[in-house]
Amino acid sequence: MEKVTLAKALNAGLRRAMEADPKVLIMGEDVGKLGGVFRITDGLQKDFGEDRVIDSPLAESGIIGTAVGMAMRGYRPVCEIQFDGFVYPAYDQIVSQVAKLHFRTEGHLRMPMVIRIPFGGGIGAVEHHSESPEAQFAHTPGLKVVACSNPVDGYWMIQQAIAHDDPVIFLEPKRQYHADKAEVDTEAEPDPLFASRVVRAGSDVTLVSYGPMVKTCLAAAAAAEAEGRSVEVIDLRTLSPLDMGPVLDSVRRTGRAVVAHEAHVNLGMGAELSARITEQCFYSLEAPVLRVGGFDTPYPPARIEEFWLPDLDRVLDAVDRTFEF
Amino acid sequence: MSPTPEFGPHIEYDGGPELIQLLSPEGERVEHPEFSFDPGGRDEAEVIRGFYRDMVLTRRIDTEATALQRHGELGLWAQLLGQEAAQIGCGRALRPQDYVFPTYREHGVAYCRGIDPLRLLALFRGVDQGSWDPRESNFANYTIVIGAQCLHATGYAMGVQRDGAVGTGDNDRDTAVVAHFGDGASSQGDVNEAFIFAASYNAPVVFFCQNNQWAISEPIERQTRIPLYQRALGFGFPGVRVDGNDVLATYAVMQRALQRAREGSGPSFVEAYTYRMGAHTTTDDPTRYRLSGDVERWKLRDPIERVRVYLARHTDTTADFFAHVQAEADDLGTRLREGCKALADPNPLSPFGHVFAEITEELVEQRDSFAAYLETFEGHGDAHASADQHVAGAF
Repeated sequence: MEKVTLAKALNAGLRRAMEADPKVLIMGEDVGKLGGVFRITDGLQKDFGEDRVIDSPLAESGIIGTAVGMAMRGYRPVCEIQFDGFVYPAYDQIVSQVAKLHFRTEGHLRMPMVIRIPFGGGIGAVEHHSESPEAQFAHTPGLKVVACSNPVDGYWMIQQAIAHDDPVIFLEPKRQYHADKAEVDTEAEPDPLFASRVVRAGSDVTLVSYGPMVKTCLAAAAAAEAEGRSVEVIDLRTLSPLDMGPVLDSVRRTGRAVVAHEAHVNLGMGAELSARITEQCFYSLEAPVLRVGGFDTPYPPARIEEFWLPDLDRVLDAVDRTFEF
Repeated sequence: MSPTPEFGPHIEYDGGPELIQLLSPEGERVEHPEFSFDPGGRDEAEVIRGFYRDMVLTRRIDTEATALQRHGELGLWAQLLGQEAAQIGCGRALRPQDYVFPTYREHGVAYCRGIDPLRLLALFRGVDQGSWDPRESNFANYTIVIGAQCLHATGYAMGVQRDGAVGTGDNDRDTAVVAHFGDGASSQGDVNEAFIFAASYNAPVVFFCQNNQWAISEPIERQTRIPLYQRALGFGFPGVRVDGNDVLATYAVMQRALQRAREGSGPSFVEAYTYRMGAHTTTDDPTRYRLSGDVERWKLRDPIERVRVYLARHTDTTADFFAHVQAEADDLGTRLREGCKALADPNPLSPFGHVFAEITEELVEQRDSFAAYLETFEGHGDAHASADQHVAGAF
């Protein structure tokens, strides 16, 4: 495949999943003729028909609730939530039904559903369009939560999530949708869905991230190298379950860890990661695990979002501080 | 604009002029211009005797469960007393391929779908969360979040459409879906969204609302300013109000509504006008919020008594029949009492295995470490043994 953006890669992945399994359906607001507000489902309704690419009424709980029923009938719905901040009307259906039906029925019912959520900020949007709700879903037993960071992962992870028999919250970094291109080898053997990955090797400090912050962390690692500091960067990819293996291996080598995400730091993914790193690498640590993330305010107006979003400098600042203990 | 009307009379005891009724509270057959009772080629009295038996057994499940709760054998029970006709009329109008989405009070419909009442008791005892396999009975698991199941029903009906199982003319294939809910649930966003989705896609779903007049302590007037069935028109599909204490009328109306869905004519709304004779659940105390006189007046509209009177007065039904049904109910009561007490607690490690189709390493680690922790206590082996027994033999 030619070099593609994350948006195009996700579109290609969805197409391939729909070709592979006639039970795969897409549901959401404006996913049909328009191809979604980010064009992730562009052209799919034209090729697969209105029965499989379903423009829904404007009601998020309705989308997820009807998808539950479709899954009970044997379909594999892929639901698009238009923006992160609009997932809350569907929150009850997600946490009380989607996450619990397998448990409630002791395995008689499966919920092979994917809920795609464009997440994160940096696009100059109005309120409710730049949020990072991942911890709320990772905190919910019964859900699996993944975040892609690049076109290659976007292409494979969406297909793997659709083929998976448990419900998957699939987070897409919206500011990367139309940014960097990458070559996708559609014949390659992809990494497993629920696996984290070292995306840059280093020996002095471990920088853990996911989604839109992976790019920032890689840039920070490159800048640190220029200053003689070797930063290992891990793209978590899966937020629930966590794949701690690569993280713990790395921290045992480096002795230092920084977790970076856009979401608020308080009770965010960084809190769980630092707790687990501390529990399991206690005697390897040279410094406490530090966290870099959004402040504990609602997402700010767009003209000042660059101050709120963790950037290269704030990540490097945290990296530096791990050497001060 | 005219001022907002005052709340109407506390309760319209007779259901108002548009109530569809085929059997009066006094046990007399009533003609209706649009609906009639069709026994489907079987002997009419025999079918009605079947309904009578269904309702008596359903009431016995309910009263037995209530008593079991009082004896500490159940944590809670949601009573259906007074709603037997609504549930049996609905449940017996179903075909095997139809699919039902219940609330947590559809014990009579569950009975019609062949769910062993012990499964219901297991839920309210705290042994499980209602873990019957819905694929065996086309009866979904009880849903406790109010109204959430109406969206599931609508989505399931959308799946039925995609399977081409609607409007084919094949009586064994065309499928209708029933969404159960109550008057309180009619205020929920999910219920209203379900109406919208069902109308938009013309989904083969029947919204069956048992208006039992009470949402715990709140009367119907708190939920609606107009008769509930009239709301359907605003969503773009028909709605009717049927006497929910009249099994013949409920059956006739549901047959029509289900057939309409199976034929591909889309959703409809059936308001079964009834009354919650008991408490909301066994933890509730209705004497705090309603008048005993209201309950006494509804006793005169009892769903079972009117069928008994009709059968005794207008058919060849013998006293033996009534005695036999009573004996059956007594046997059922005994079985439920003994069966309930024999329901063993689940294995404390079982929840870990139920979370996912593909268990995670995190959960495996938690389970194993919890198991090792339990091993450190004396007597742990007994709990495991009884749990295994439960899995093997309780049902």
